[in-house]
Amino acid sequence: MKTLQDLQKLRDEAKKRVSMREGDVRYRVLVGMATCGIAAGARPVLNALVEACAKEHYDCTVTQTGCIGMCTYEPIVEVLDQDGKKTTYIHVDAKKAVEILESHVKNGILLEAYSLQ
Amino acid sequence: MERMHVLVCAGTGCTSSLSAQVVEQIQSELVKLNLQTEVKVIKTGCFGLCQKGPIVAIHPDRVFYCHVTPADAVEIVAEHIYKGRPVKRLELTDIDEVTKEKIFNIDEIKFYAKQQRIALKNCGVINPEDIDEYIAMEGYMALGKALTTMTPQEVIDEVKKSGLRGRGGGGFPTGAKWQFAANQPKGQKYVICNADEGDPGAFMDRSILEGDPHVVLESMAIAGYAIGANHGYVYIRAEYPIAVERLEIALKQARELGLLGNNIFSSGFDFDIEIRLGAGAFVCGEETALIQSIEGKRGMPRPKPPFPAVSGVWGKPTIINNVETFANVAPILRKGSEWFASIGTEKSKGTKVFALGGKISNTGLVEVPMGTTLREVIYEIGGGCPDNKNFKAVQTGGPSGGCLTEADLDTGIDFDNLVALGSMMGSGGMIVLDEDNCMVDVARFYMDFIVDESCGKCSPCRIGTKRMLEMLTDICEGRGTAETLFELERLAHKVKDTSLCGLGQTASNPVLSTLRLFKSEYDAHVFDKKCPAHVCKNLLTYSIVAEACRKCGLCARNCPTSAITGVLGKEVYVIDPAKCIRCGACMTACRFGAVLRG
Repeated sequence: MKTLQDLQKLRDEAKKRVSMREGDVRYRVLVGMATCGIAAGARPVLNALVEACAKEHYDCTVTQTGCIGMCTYEPIVEVLDQDGKKTTYIHVDAKKAVEILESHVKNGILLEAYSLQ
Repeated sequence: MERMHVLVCAGTGCTSSLSAQVVEQIQSELVKLNLQTEVKVIKTGCFGLCQKGPIVAIHPDRVFYCHVTPADAVEIVAEHIYKGRPVKRLELTDIDEVTKEKIFNIDEIKFYAKQQRIALKNCGVINPEDIDEYIAMEGYMALGKALTTMTPQEVIDEVKKSGLRGRGGGGFPTGAKWQFAANQPKGQKYVICNADEGDPGAFMDRSILEGDPHVVLESMAIAGYAIGANHGYVYIRAEYPIAVERLEIALKQARELGLLGNNIFSSGFDFDIEIRLGAGAFVCGEETALIQSIEGKRGMPRPKPPFPAVSGVWGKPTIINNVETFANVAPILRKGSEWFASIGTEKSKGTKVFALGGKISNTGLVEVPMGTTLREVIYEIGGGCPDNKNFKAVQTGGPSGGCLTEADLDTGIDFDNLVALGSMMGSGGMIVLDEDNCMVDVARFYMDFIVDESCGKCSPCRIGTKRMLEMLTDICEGRGTAETLFELERLAHKVKDTSLCGLGQTASNPVLSTLRLFKSEYDAHVFDKKCPAHVCKNLLTYSIVAEACRKCGLCARNCPTSAITGVLGKEVYVIDPAKCIRCGACMTACRFGAVLRG
């Protein structure tokens, strides 16, 4: 390391790896990962969300949660904003999951086509 | 791809309650479920809530588990990490005062909500053995800023403006200390980090070194730049093996990245640090004794002046700062002196870390802004005395400090307030005492410690403390007279006035403080031959209330010295005081409350 810029570069890289430990994010994305969710294909959804977040650095955390209680709609993805407002997306697959992040988390636009009405 | 971080405390407290096994168990369970690539397990420093260790925190869920055993680890992996269902029974909770409902949200738990962390900011958040994680938290940016954009004098001015005072005990302004050393003629100078934490019950320096060693290294380099030194020593006791190991790892990593060594940030400034192990003598926390010890001599103080800033280690200008002081330096340089000076009271800026111990529900480390009241620290953060016992006093400042009572609870804690109340900040140990503590016994405990630790160089301390210990022992064992009390107080003042170094000069404080605040307890021991807290065994008597005795004989069977006689079912049992060793076994055994202690 020779200059302050080298350190800043290293810091920016390292930051990405510890960002999930800070509670201060705009959205929390929850994936139902109980037996019903896993059976309906929630694991590929979770993986797709985690990968997309790591790649694009969306201002959100991805967490799994238990059974949401609407097993017929699984896989379910919930997006919570900082005010606690919750949007529930149903029958999500890996492709839809990435679209949800792109639209809702990045641009703040609800994807009504996929959400529970 | 990582989706979850499992942080496990690997500080000394949690390690001693098997956190290393918890880590192993979590890792092996993750492998079984093939989750090892998406869930990362990180060993961190102290979370502060040592009472409830081992602590495991899971992010990004912000779930906080306490008292985790290796068996619980299996459940956490299977339920929470695999299925997303947090294990409620292990979660840290508080009770909401209004709704009486359980609070699970970590940001609302009182223990943490009241705290403001500067020195402990990274403890329990980063892996102390990974320099990248420290850098992710803006680590070494302060050093970079100082070396590339500031002159040494500007660094000193910034520290001065922040109002930072030494956290090791005296509260001497850090910037002024640096200025003295900087004003010495150019040449070899030294920076020393005093990590010889000796107060019984204080462990903040250890926790900082275990949880965030790089902040100390970075700040030492900043100090070196400010005063014109290129060599540093960390003087740490060998009985802190985890802290020493992490310091060594940190030093190696910092050197590899060129953050220590020659020509740091291409600025032409060289700095390197050596670790010196102390054998764990209390007096070596005194700066002149510490210097002697670093030079390989016997750790004994010498008179001041000359002060270390003029003639320190190897006779060269030296600054000595405590671990916690250094932990504040890098944040000050990074965020600016105005930010730091906006926290705390008029004359004591910033925060202070306290090690809560003794009769308190949440034993552990807390960091609060200066000016926070004792009541907030002891009751709101510490959770008060356990088992609904009554608070009696809090001992601050260790063997050099004194006691504060109920009447002082609403005083804001800062350097000057505590001195005004007859105690001192010290390094930040806070031992809470309840109704079951005998204050004479507490004074004797500290004096016993001092007698062990006195280096013997000057006679007031060597002989005076020994004599005081004998007098205190006499009082505790029922041999005290009015003359003993008078002599004790007289000698306490003599030792205070005539000792060579800080150790002796403050050795009398626990005696003087308890004599002033709890004279009635001393009187009870001396004149009534009673110990009001039922601690001093020689002053206790056990007897059996005849009317309450059911003649079951349980007391006699449990008595180790056969001091209790009676006839099963027929005659009331009686204790022979000559044979009784006052162990209390009969009192514990009796189911009818017939044994009386007085």
